[in-house]
Order: sequence, then structure tokens, then C-alpha cells
Amino acid sequence: MRHTLNIWLLLSSMAAPTLLTAAAPPAVALEAARENALTHLVRQDCGSCHGMTLKGGLGGPLLPESLRNLDAESVASIILEGVPGKPMPPWKGQLSEEEALWIAEKLKSGFPQ
Amino acid sequence: MKRRTFLTASLAAAASAAAARPGHACTEELRGTGDLALVIERASGSVLIADTTAHEIVHRVEGLGDLSHASAVYSRDERHAFVFGRDGGLTKIDMLRGVAVRRILQAGNAIGGAISDDGKLVAVSNYKPGGVRVFDALTLEAVADIPALWGAGKRSKTVGLVDAPGRRFIFTLYDAGEIWIADFSRGTKPEITRFRDIGDQPYDALITGDGRHYIAGLFGEDGLVHIDLWAQQPEAQRILAGYGRGERKLPVYKMPHLEGWALAAGKFLLPAVGRHELLALDAQSFREAGRIPVHGQPIFAVARPDGRQVWVNFAHPLNDTVQVIDVPSLSIVHEFKPGPAVLHIEFCPRGQEVWLSVRDADELQVYDTHSFARVKTLPAKKPSGIFMTARAHRIGL
Repeated sequence: MRHTLNIWLLLSSMAAPTLLTAAAPPAVALEAARENALTHLVRQDCGSCHGMTLKGGLGGPLLPESLRNLDAESVASIILEGVPGKPMPPWKGQLSEEEALWIAEKLKSGFPQ
Repeated sequence: MKRRTFLTASLAAAASAAAARPGHACTEELRGTGDLALVIERASGSVLIADTTAHEIVHRVEGLGDLSHASAVYSRDERHAFVFGRDGGLTKIDMLRGVAVRRILQAGNAIGGAISDDGKLVAVSNYKPGGVRVFDALTLEAVADIPALWGAGKRSKTVGLVDAPGRRFIFTLYDAGEIWIADFSRGTKPEITRFRDIGDQPYDALITGDGRHYIAGLFGEDGLVHIDLWAQQPEAQRILAGYGRGERKLPVYKMPHLEGWALAAGKFLLPAVGRHELLALDAQSFREAGRIPVHGQPIFAVARPDGRQVWVNFAHPLNDTVQVIDVPSLSIVHEFKPGPAVLHIEFCPRGQEVWLSVRDADELQVYDTHSFARVKTLPAKKPSGIFMTARAHRIGL
């Protein structure tokens, strides 16, 4: 699942549409309690920089329309690795790859309250 | 300003209707404002007004929009709070009646605000559009718009907005790496002084209580920036350069916050970015005076008003803990766990008690700062910032 990605290429590609031809992989499901905990984490703690409404703050917006040019795996990569030199930290010490993918998928489809 | 929503008419009418009915003598019991506090409820667009003598909540005011990051300043008479919300909302609240009396949406995304020394101008630091907007404190009518222009017509996010003596505001441009002073002493058109290339990604700033020293923290490099406003020719100078000692920063899950209450007993205690440390800065020489290993990455280091102690809270995931530092010895003298997500620390003006917000316990907790005993617990919905009315009389708060 993990790609070798150039983070800057990804972020700059958000400005221009890209064609994704691969079929979407099945959505990740986690245990309910963990999904609740991650929902809280994203809203409250990612929300420190991205806003609790995910409309942005120091960090950019994380609404479905903001992420439309990135696939879920790319978003998950950014979550896990951070963005070097910028305030977006790597969360890989706290989140598994599966959890990061779950968050990415939910962000892209409309994050739960 | 194009997008503003006035709720004045209906809100003011409701307030005066509550206060005095025709034909009746006013039966409201008089009370003061000096021991009141405003508490942000970050997930419900509401604020609480608390009485810090009675240890009670006296009002909840709703309808303040997105308060997921919010702060407040006070009018000179402590009667009104100006609450700055993340969505660009600016709400004027009557602290005695517990109602919003004016509200505007002045930008798309905002981070903080300040009030001028004469109490007449309220400024907001905006992320979107990048810049600072200034409003009349009485009416919230627009007074000035200062776009934080840099590079090829870009607008920088602004942070670290404070008031300074002489009807000035000082703020920092996060994207541009600049510090600007906006001087309104001649009226409503500010004179701008720009300090350029001050450092990489300055994320917040403080001004000392005497209005003399402005200090900005940097995210993109180890060090802070200091401007002595009393100098003949003020300059932005690097201080604590290389405090990271070449070591790799830890992941920073939340930016530290700088306030004028970092100064205690002749030293500033400042959060190190990406390190489990507080840095002590000598307030005379502006050289490092030591460093204290602490529990996590500090978010707030707040001096008790007498300067004898500094209380520290920490970033996610270590944000259930508070440590108390004895300033003369720079040692940790107390540590405790109020609960999950301790977001803010606010001392009563003479320092005998402190209020903490514990977001994920949905609680405000009050502690005696001498015995460290908890004296009260109050329910609050996802509380964050706590702002006591005594801030009305302090430069920079």
C-alpha cells in the first residue's frame, strides 16, 4: 500500500486535475471504538491546525473538494510521513497504515462528526 | 469590508428588554466585572461566563460560530469581551448581561486579536485573507484593512498580534517571515514599519507587560526573534539561536503559544519547538539562562502573577499533564494529571487560584496554587481558552 512518493509533487498536483484509472480499493473498516477515537483525534487534534470543521487554519482545508486531486493512499502517506520543513508532522508513531488509510478515505468522502 | 452580518438590532433589543421593563424599577442586583472569566466551548460555538469568586458558571452565550480556535480581549471597563473565532467571527459580549451585543464575520479564517491601549480599536489577525483588520470597539465598524502583502502580491497569514503603547499593533507574517508595526497614533490610517527576513515560519509572538519587548517564536529554524521597541532604531535580532543543538525535532502535533505571561522573576520561560524542554531566557541580557527538561512539548508556559512559579501544559499526545516550575531554581516542584487534553491555564489576577480547561473530561478545574489542592470542578462542553477580565488592564493581553 505504501508508495514512494514525492510529497511536493503530490501537493502541487492538487492544483491541477489528474487522471486516476485504477479501481478504488475496498474501504477500510476498523473496530467501532477505534473509529470513534480516530474521529475525535482528527476533529480535535488535527483540528488544531486544520480547523475542527476541517476548513483550514495554519494547515490547509481537508474537505472532500480540497482533496479531490489526491487518492486516498496519497493522503494516507502524507498523514504518516508529514511534510518536511512544514508544520505537518508525521503521524506514523501514532497511527498504523490502516488507520491512516481509514482517515484518508473518510476525509475524501466527508469526515464524520 | 464586504461580508458582514449584523445582529445588533435584535440582540440589543433582547438585552435591554431583559434589563428593564416599562413601569418597573430596575431590580437587577448590581455586581462587578473584575472577577469574571470567559471560557470558550470550542465545539459548540458557545462561551461560558464564570464567576471566579463564587466558582460558578453564570451564563452560557451561544451562536458564536466556529470557536475551534478562539481568543478574547476586553474593553477598558471590563464590561465587554471581544471574541475572535476561527471562522473570522468577531463577537462583542456583554459580560454582565451574558449576551452577544454585536457580531460580524470579518474574514474567512482568523487566529487572534488585540485591543488598542485607548480601548477604541479592536484588531484581528487573519489567515484568510492574510492580513490584519481593525474595527471600532464600540460599533465594530471597519476602520482599517492591512493586507499582509509580500512576494509577488501574495497575502501572508498573520500571527502574534498584540497591542503596544502609543495606539499601535504589532504582528508577525507567518508566510513572509516579517514583523510589522501598525501605528494608529495619528488617527485611523496606520503608519506601517516592516522588519523583513526575520526568520523562517514565525508561528506566534508575545509582548512584555511593559510594552517594550516583542518576541516571536520560529518554527522553521531553532531560535526566536526579539525586537526592543525602546531602542532608538528598533531591530529584529535573533536570540537563542541553535537551541536545538543540531538534534532532530520531534514531530510537532500542536504549535506552542506565546503570551506575555512567559516572563517570571527576570526570566522568560519559552517553549522549545519539537523538544521536551522549556528554554530560560535572561530578560536583561537576552541570553540563555538554562533549560528545563519537561514532560512533553510545551504548549503554554504561564507565570503565576507573582512570577514565583510557571505552570506548563503540553501537546498531544502527552496533554493530560501539568507541571509546575519553581522559577528561582528552574526546577519542577509539582506534577499532576488533571485529565485528558488540558488546553489552557489561567491564573486569577493575584495568583492564589488557577483555572484549567480539560477538554476531553468536559471540565473546568480550579486549583489553589499554594497547596495545589483542587478547589472546584465545573462542567463545560469541550472547554479551551479561559480569559479573565483582569486582562483588560494588561498590555499585550
